[in-house]
Amino acid sequence: MEFKSCCKLSAVLLFLPCLFAQSNAILTVAPPQKVAAKRNTDVTAKIEVSIAAGYHVNSNAPHEAYLIPLRLTWTPAPLEVGAVTFPKARDEKYRFSDQPLSVFTGNFEIATKFKVPADAVGGQAILAGKLRYQACNDTMCFPPKTVEVKLPVEVQ
Amino acid sequence: MQVARVSLAIAAVLVVLPGCSTSKTVKAASVKPHKDRKSAPDFALKDANGQTVHLSDYRGKVVLLDFWATWCGPCKIEIPWFQQFERENKDKGFAVLGVAMDEEGWDVVKPFAQHMNINYRLLVGDDKIADQYGGVDALPTTFLIDREGRIASVHVGLSGKRDFEDGIQELL
Repeated sequence: MEFKSCCKLSAVLLFLPCLFAQSNAILTVAPPQKVAAKRNTDVTAKIEVSIAAGYHVNSNAPHEAYLIPLRLTWTPAPLEVGAVTFPKARDEKYRFSDQPLSVFTGNFEIATKFKVPADAVGGQAILAGKLRYQACNDTMCFPPKTVEVKLPVEVQ
Repeated sequence: MQVARVSLAIAAVLVVLPGCSTSKTVKAASVKPHKDRKSAPDFALKDANGQTVHLSDYRGKVVLLDFWATWCGPCKIEIPWFQQFERENKDKGFAVLGVAMDEEGWDVVKPFAQHMNINYRLLVGDDKIADQYGGVDALPTTFLIDREGRIASVHVGLSGKRDFEDGIQELL
């Protein structure tokens, strides 16, 4: 390979991956849409999660006890927190695992059911959530991290 | 920053590895020449018995310093290899040190070590040692340290067993 061609190819290889990594995070959460509900009713909020290509996070129910599951928790005010529902996880085999692992990849949604108490104060509020995850690719893993989620709510 | 860092590392390897040179093949994570080796930062960490361990205690030995965690699948693959290296080379001036980066410390590391029958010395790491060794963002990250306490090679991510074996034999 000629020296000039080699340099050009090297430059492309060096910088292209960075262009595809604009978010600079393995897991990102889109700002959730506002949920509005009346007192004494239930409402479901969804958060949209994206995992960077080539990576995975453990599902909410990993097959192996040593793996750290995906967890979404909420501060219970002004709404009461109900069930958190994850999508169906995928069983995938990786170079480092004898057995398939239960993982999430790509884009997916996590739904949370909330109940609006009868005595909830009307108006706007922000519900604070935390999404804890632990990510890997085929050859390496990264320490568990927590992403803050802010859900706008309107009690009518 | 993780994706960008990993992408840059992969890109750097891709830049170095392909056929830019017609004379020789560059081997990833091979042992560096003496002149290119930098001193491995010393540290003071507790082992499972509460004894303080310094890297400098191992001066004169070849050390495989492995940063790992109990939740790290790729790290689990390498552990039996390191057990074998310890068994086969400990009388030749070689030692494995496993630095666990679990936030929960010994509460999770001790049962895991017993379950895996780990036969080499384990330590629990902290942010300080991670910073000293360049962040250690990805696990496993393994350093081969020569008898003079200098870093001879770095393996980020799951490596080939043969790469470690070759490096250890070259340094012993």
